[in-house]
Amino acid sequence: MCLAVPMKIVSRDGDNIIAEVDGVSKEASLMLLGEDVEVGDYVIVHAGFAISKLDEEYAKETISLMKEVFSGEDMA
Amino acid sequence: MKFQDEFRDRELVQNMASNIHRMAERLTVPVNFMEVCGTHTMSIYQYGIRSLLPENVRLVSGPGCPVCVTPIGYVDKALAITEDTKNILATFGDMLRVPGSSSSLMEKRAAGADIRIVYSPLDAVMLAKDYPDRRVIFLGVGFETTAPTIAASILEAARLDINNFCVLASHKTMPIPMEILTCDPDLKLNGYLCPAHVSTVIGGNAYKPLAEKYNIPCVVTGFEPADVMQGIEMLLAQTLHGKSKVEIQYSRAVNWKGNPKAQAILSRIFEPCDAVWRGLGILPGSGLAIRPEFAEYDAEQMLSLNVPDAAENPACLCGEVLKGKLTPFDCPLFATVCTPESPVGACMVSSEGTCAAAYKYGR
Ligand code: SF4
Repeated sequence: MCLAVPMKIVSRDGDNIIAEVDGVSKEASLMLLGEDVEVGDYVIVHAGFAISKLDEEYAKETISLMKEVFSGEDMA
Repeated sequence: MKFQDEFRDRELVQNMASNIHRMAERLTVPVNFMEVCGTHTMSIYQYGIRSLLPENVRLVSGPGCPVCVTPIGYVDKALAITEDTKNILATFGDMLRVPGSSSSLMEKRAAGADIRIVYSPLDAVMLAKDYPDRRVIFLGVGFETTAPTIAASILEAARLDINNFCVLASHKTMPIPMEILTCDPDLKLNGYLCPAHVSTVIGGNAYKPLAEKYNIPCVVTGFEPADVMQGIEMLLAQTLHGKSKVEIQYSRAVNWKGNPKAQAILSRIFEPCDAVWRGLGILPGSGLAIRPEFAEYDAEQMLSLNVPDAAENPACLCGEVLKGKLTPFDCPLFATVCTPESPVGACMVSSEGTCAAAYKYGR
């Protein structure tokens, strides 16, 4: 029920977007989102609403930090 | 960047596990970290995270599945609504199987009641528009992730001048139950993996009073396996350094302030109220009630729903499972009498319920 999924915006018409994940597309409303988003951005969609924008920079940063800190040789 | 695959990298997760093992050697006593959110519980079972952790780092499941904490009296009210043929009951799918005291919505629907599953509360508003002679009642359950979507739908109904739409609201809010659980001497909690999507709305700052007042580390953590492992590692690091602060692991989606627009819409429609949590009882200020200005959208005000007090099935240990005191495996009904097809308690219904997650992945 809490299901919320990261989806990519494929089109936008005012406050309505179509977003896609794994080939499934869904309509969602931007009514609850304060940040500006455009086609190509990722948002978290829950119950028909985009509730948060996913920050690609932070995502990359998190992953590279993880890989750096938790590199294989370090663990031996 | 799909925001998922890289956070599921096996080797990365294994390396993180080794690091956690190393850190855990420095612990003098075992630690108990609670994953508050049902989606964490699901992910932890699905990816076998418990099996990657050392024995002295324990994860306990918390009350963060909204379907599971919904009291039986609420289900009884929903059942009562279906008695009137004028009504159309609209709901998210996973409320259907939750047992009330005499029946479930699933059984009512099989017997002919008009119950529709919707994906978004906006779909329920559209239903009301399409059936002007009927009354559409939407079951409003969920935490701060969901409550703004329902608030927005009420505003949309008002904008479209739709007056045959209302909400039976039983929303709950987050940091308060964590406070109660922190104080529970039986649980001895040492840290929280804080809810991820709830925090997109309320922001990391919402946990600061909790962390400061009770000296308990809080890390807002994402749902992928590498997120969960990093969250655990951050909690361990705080524990080992004697720190108790709020950190945001899930920085790609959560910031300190949350989503102010969603917060504003939420508080335009809802105000705090006392709420009954299955397993935890009445917690002051932990629920959301529709404000009197919007009473025409409040099913409690518009319909007379007098249902007798009901008690949960005494054999179901959901209450203890929701507090993290027992695991589903401690329940004698688990996987025998109680299964997802015929659940005894709500924890077996929702896919985020601890019992359902344990049934699907944990045996
Ligand atoms: S297994 Fe079923 S009966 Fe037992 S605690 Fe879970 S939901 Fe309740």
